[in-house]
Amino acid sequence: MKGLSGSRFCFYMGFVVGTLSLYFFLRQVWFERSMALPVLGEVPGSSVAALSWARQAGNTDNWSVKGAALINVNHPHHTGEDSRVADQLYQRVRILCWVMTGPSTLQSKARHVKATWSRHCNVVVFMSSVNDPDFPTVGLGTGEGRDQLYWKTIRAFHYALLHHGSDADWFLKADDDTFVVVDNLRWVLSNHTPEEPLYFGKRFKPFAKQGYMSGGAGYVLSKEALRRFVEGFRTKVCTHTTPVEDLALGQCLEKMGVLAMDSRDTLRRETFHPFVPEHHLTGKFSKSFWYWNYCYYPIVEGPQCCSDLAVSFHYVDAELMYTLEYWTYHLRAYGYRYRYRPPPPRGLMEQLTQTERPVVGTVGTGTTPSVITDGGVGGESVAKPLSDRRGKETLGSVPVPNNRTAVSWERQG
Amino acid sequence: MLSEGSSFMKGMALGGIFCLVLALLGSFTPGMQSSPEDQHHHHHIKAPSTDELQRLSEPQMVELTKKVRVYCVVMVQPKVLVYWATAKDTWSKHCDQAVFYSSESTKALEAVDLNEKDEWARLRKALKHAYDNAGDLRWFFVARPTTFAIIENLKYLLLVKDPNEPFYIGHTVKSGELEYVEYDSGIVLSYEALERLVKVFKDEEKCPERGRALWKLSEEKQLAVCLKYTGVFAENGEDVHGKGLFNGKSVSSLIEESMVKNPQDVVEGCCSDLAVTFGGMSPSQMQVMMFGVYRLRPYGHDFHDSLILLPPEGSDND
Repeated sequence: MKGLSGSRFCFYMGFVVGTLSLYFFLRQVWFERSMALPVLGEVPGSSVAALSWARQAGNTDNWSVKGAALINVNHPHHTGEDSRVADQLYQRVRILCWVMTGPSTLQSKARHVKATWSRHCNVVVFMSSVNDPDFPTVGLGTGEGRDQLYWKTIRAFHYALLHHGSDADWFLKADDDTFVVVDNLRWVLSNHTPEEPLYFGKRFKPFAKQGYMSGGAGYVLSKEALRRFVEGFRTKVCTHTTPVEDLALGQCLEKMGVLAMDSRDTLRRETFHPFVPEHHLTGKFSKSFWYWNYCYYPIVEGPQCCSDLAVSFHYVDAELMYTLEYWTYHLRAYGYRYRYRPPPPRGLMEQLTQTERPVVGTVGTGTTPSVITDGGVGGESVAKPLSDRRGKETLGSVPVPNNRTAVSWERQG
Repeated sequence: MLSEGSSFMKGMALGGIFCLVLALLGSFTPGMQSSPEDQHHHHHIKAPSTDELQRLSEPQMVELTKKVRVYCVVMVQPKVLVYWATAKDTWSKHCDQAVFYSSESTKALEAVDLNEKDEWARLRKALKHAYDNAGDLRWFFVARPTTFAIIENLKYLLLVKDPNEPFYIGHTVKSGELEYVEYDSGIVLSYEALERLVKVFKDEEKCPERGRALWKLSEEKQLAVCLKYTGVFAENGEDVHGKGLFNGKSVSSLIEESMVKNPQDVVEGCCSDLAVTFGGMSPSQMQVMMFGVYRLRPYGHDFHDSLILLPPEGSDND
């Protein structure tokens, strides 16, 4: 058979070899690629560790210590968030937080305040009876105990004005078992000026004509209010009358012409709370409980007790401090549009103009597109044709960038 | 000799091209001779990253949002009525459809009465009922009322996943050779997985209704065994950082643990920002969770999430 010449044969051989070698080559490449996937799955552990390490390192860089005060260098930010509005408020509404503590509760309570909410203040000072350069705390030169509370308060405020009068516009007093959402406090204060004599907190009505603010729930004085408080003691208009610090302070401020303000949100829901969230949200206050007679504004039980933009809670133990920090700053429902969307503070730079309107997801029948229900501030649903909403900043709603899809909720059956 | 060599080379070149053409034409995957069971064998399911979502076009986003709708199967018992009532009043309102399956009927609350004392038999009946009544819902979330779920975060996890693929997701636990999803942290099943499951229910050998008398597996393990026969494997739900999204413990327990394990970074070291479930929560803790998840937030911080999910009608605790 002369048909199968040598070169012919070589050609066929070459063909077979070529096919086979490329086959194995491709297989090797594919194998390597598929190996890469499970390897990626191994990385998570280290990335979580890396994150927390970075945060640890960052923690020490967040404060610059100026005497006994911790001056906030880095306003804490969260990955993936747009905090432009919060940052603006941080610059405009400067808050000095002073925390009432003592040597016996420094490690059990104050330490957790330092690790959580106080990081959001512009300046934080821990006030104790004893000076502690490591924590650091200011030594007020008083004793400890309930009977020293007003002495500590008086001295703490004097210290704050003297040493940090120019570092802040508002001065917050909190206990070491108070949890404060400082960003929400800035929102409450944003439409007021610190040059007016004002003070905010959980308002109680007895014993003072205009009422006074609960000590445990935390209260805030404007700079002018603080000046008047200090002035009151200088001129002996105010003196140490009783150790009940919140009442005594309220009475002094009233004498000095400082106004007790309404700190409730635009739906008249309380922002400062004298108890833990569970108590306000689910507890029923018995009618004989002192609370009913003390609250300046009507008590609301159940979910409307508390504003979405809650400012404070009291009797918060260490574990709840971290839990509240988690709920406030970390845990969220992806894409959830809050019912309560109050208008932005006056004069704040408007958010970027709305770009595209949200695309409406179809619901229920799956054929006819439903109109997006624009839930107003009170949660009322007002169906608006989409063309109306274009370009209009209605109700200060959160601006919607590209590629957002809205799904309205209709329950089946 | 040279002509033979060159013919050989020509032959090789042609052979290589031939192989490539075949590979491209048939999407021929030389390495993947895996059996259908192994095809889905990775154990971690990750939530989509921001990049991934931003790459989607708007019509694609609309499609995905339409598809990701959840049917909640809540397994209740009258003897713990308060948990049932709480689930009804809290997280289950965020399901596209929430159906309560009870062991026995009770006048107090509405439920599908399965009239069944055995846990596994009850679960089977509930899943079969859910499958038959799914309508156009394609994702199923099974939980007991002691579990708190954030359905929005579940939707985020499932957003780019195809429910016509078999998915069985949650917090996975390994017991010997069996990897199963822990019941207390909620079980997620895609339509395909549920369909296969309902089919294998009919097979008394592989998936018996009453279990073999000798040793009785818990229902979560039984479920895993039956699913395994149909080629569906348990996968651990994680966020983009690898943190588990399904938790069998409550927030306070996890925070407590974190205070011991990571005292310098308690919150970061604890739980995911987009966690889907927490187990072992008391009714009043669940009411507080509604506030913590759906309402409490710091003013001025916005997340430009890729989609908007509106609050349910007629509810005031979220």
